[in-house]
Amino acid sequence: MRGLSLIVQTIARLMAGLLFLYGLYIVLHGHLTPGGGFAGGVLIAAAFILMSLAFGSVEQSERSSYVFSSVFESFGGLVFVGLALAGYLAGDFFFSNVATYFTGRPLELVSGGIIPLANIAIGIKVGAGLFAIFLALGASQFVMKE
Amino acid sequence: MRFNFLPLFVAVPLMGAFLTPLLSKLWQGLADIVANAAGVFLLGLSVFGLVSLGTGASPLVYWAGGWGPRAGLPPLGIAMVYDPLTALVVLATNIVGFCALFYSLRYMNGYTAKWKFYTLFLLILAGLNGLVVSGDLFNMFVFLEISSVASYGLVAFGTEHEELEAAFKYMVLGEIGGMSILFGIALIYARASTLNLADLSGQIAAWGHNPFFWFVIATLLVGFAIKMAMVPFHSWLPDAHPAAPAPVSALLSGIFIKVAGVYSLCRLMFNVFGLTRENAAPFFNLLLGFGVLSIVVGGLLAFAQRDYKRLLAYSSISQVGYILIGLGIGNFWGIAGALFHLLAHALSKGLLFLAAGSVESQTGTRDMGKLSGLERSMPATSWSHLFGTLSLAGVPPFAGFFSKLFIVLGAIQSRMFWLAIVAVIFSVVTLGYLTKVVNMVFFVQQGKEPTRAREAPATMVVAMVLLALLTVAIGIGFRPVLDYLVWPAAQVLLNGLSYARMVLGG
Amino acid sequence: MVPFLACVLLLLIGLYMIVLKRNLIKVVIGFSLMEYAVNLFFALVGFKREGLAPIITQAAQPRNFVDPVPQALVLTSIVIGLSTTALMLALVMRIYEKFGTFDISEIRRLKG
Repeated sequence: MRGLSLIVQTIARLMAGLLFLYGLYIVLHGHLTPGGGFAGGVLIAAAFILMSLAFGSVEQSERSSYVFSSVFESFGGLVFVGLALAGYLAGDFFFSNVATYFTGRPLELVSGGIIPLANIAIGIKVGAGLFAIFLALGASQFVMKE
Repeated sequence: MRFNFLPLFVAVPLMGAFLTPLLSKLWQGLADIVANAAGVFLLGLSVFGLVSLGTGASPLVYWAGGWGPRAGLPPLGIAMVYDPLTALVVLATNIVGFCALFYSLRYMNGYTAKWKFYTLFLLILAGLNGLVVSGDLFNMFVFLEISSVASYGLVAFGTEHEELEAAFKYMVLGEIGGMSILFGIALIYARASTLNLADLSGQIAAWGHNPFFWFVIATLLVGFAIKMAMVPFHSWLPDAHPAAPAPVSALLSGIFIKVAGVYSLCRLMFNVFGLTRENAAPFFNLLLGFGVLSIVVGGLLAFAQRDYKRLLAYSSISQVGYILIGLGIGNFWGIAGALFHLLAHALSKGLLFLAAGSVESQTGTRDMGKLSGLERSMPATSWSHLFGTLSLAGVPPFAGFFSKLFIVLGAIQSRMFWLAIVAVIFSVVTLGYLTKVVNMVFFVQQGKEPTRAREAPATMVVAMVLLALLTVAIGIGFRPVLDYLVWPAAQVLLNGLSYARMVLGG
Repeated sequence: MVPFLACVLLLLIGLYMIVLKRNLIKVVIGFSLMEYAVNLFFALVGFKREGLAPIITQAAQPRNFVDPVPQALVLTSIVIGLSTTALMLALVMRIYEKFGTFDISEIRRLKG
């Protein structure tokens, strides 16, 4: 895929980092403010998509990004199921809030037990998954050749 | 408190689905191991569940996160319920799922990216198990969509012209069905402000049978009818099921249409909406009408097919019609027959699709005109195919005989003699079109050279023989199957609204 | 009442596009419209005039909250819709590669 013009590249360089950070903020504050894993994950994916749209890419790097994003996606899913099972295996209920030492006080960043952890897992999964969808749909033909 | 294993039905296949892509990066064989281990585990879990349920015991109820019903409050959390009906459907699902996974060890070597197949297949299993175990309306929808989306992907797995076209058609229709179900759920929630099935049934009982009630039922019925390929909505099935790889066809035709369509429909209509033959005769007559239409249209169109798997797909439409008339009759024998037929048809149609897959993979064609006399070179495939045929057609010692017998008995008991006659006649028609396959492909040579082929690899044969033996075993030992599986499950549907008391009280 | 009827109208427009449009991309757009209509309907179910965000910080508070459950459900169904739309578009791309057309009337290998 070819890159875009210099103006777009300059703005994208400025924006992508901010987008990524904002995505992280939304993921990490998912239990306190509106948003959460899904919305933050979409923002993170948007940062990656913006960069690869603006600067273009060669097939080799797209292939490795595709492998990376699919690995991260599976990893995020595994972490989420693992968190759900953790409550179960601790002799309690499926999805019960086992990380009691993380509960903290309400409205603090470190609070909520497994809820922020689950948000992070969802953020990883959604970010990687959306970027993989973008690569598969728009970026190149290599996924089709496989 | 009994050891509660319900979340594992969802968690284990999901774990497997996420592990296969990771582990297959290390070594391809790990994907095989993980997927089959998940299949074995699910099968063991469903047998264990059946045993721990026993007979006549109260259902196992599980509240995710511990948010059970508090005194005076409606239940807030998501419930998982394991009652005899769940036990029956989960057992059928996991038997066919296990056999299909074992079969695909060798079969799927013909395709690229086997781990993608395993991931999607395990997602279907997770969705179907979750749908059956769930006691929450919206969760049912979510699991239904998980398994549907994975199945669209698997139908398109070959990525040739036919597969893609079939998958697109299936996907558009299937999603219209999904939207219809979601619309129905929105309507229900707007009025009842709860999603728990048990709590919901109490709320709905207070509505009375007003137009709104029937409108909700209509939206749900359209959605589930598309998912189960009831006749006016069947056009996707004969394209989609043959296009998929054989283990997927076996799962979709044997299990998916029944769990996603029939199970969801009867759970909602009998246990939540509280419909019975006495208070809602028009609804049951509608089911009878659609059932008869499905039997007739599916059965007659099956005769006209030359494509081996396409014939089996039309036969599925026809056999789902039998389940529908069993439910539509609405008395004990009819419902028991419908549930028994769900089990028998799942096993035999799964078996037939696996046999069709092994013929296709060994000879390279599924045009019945080009095949003949395969019995000599592929004896195991041929004989297990014969067993599946006899079971599906309802020949005495096999499983399908008893299910059809019960449906006919139910029809006679309700004095619907024309229905009994239709059921018997189309049972003969079923035997007719399936015998056509057996003759053309396997046992009669019709003056042609017998097709040269080698017997399928051992794992594929084992999966087929296992299913073939099960069809015989269920037929011969039908008493324990009835006592432990079918009758308690039929009782759950017949007891209707007492489901709520069992779930909330237990 | 008017917003609900608007939802139904949107649903019908989507259905019309799925049934009558011949371009596959337009079919996918029609499907998205249908999905938005259902999601909007579901979100409207939880609407309450002058309702507050359902965050309970103190026990004694005026309880005029909007219903949070439909919002959570709609979020879930939006995610489902995202994945189905992506899969549908991927299928359309593959179909275009194989058949060289988006016209649904020329994609007829199967008998029906």
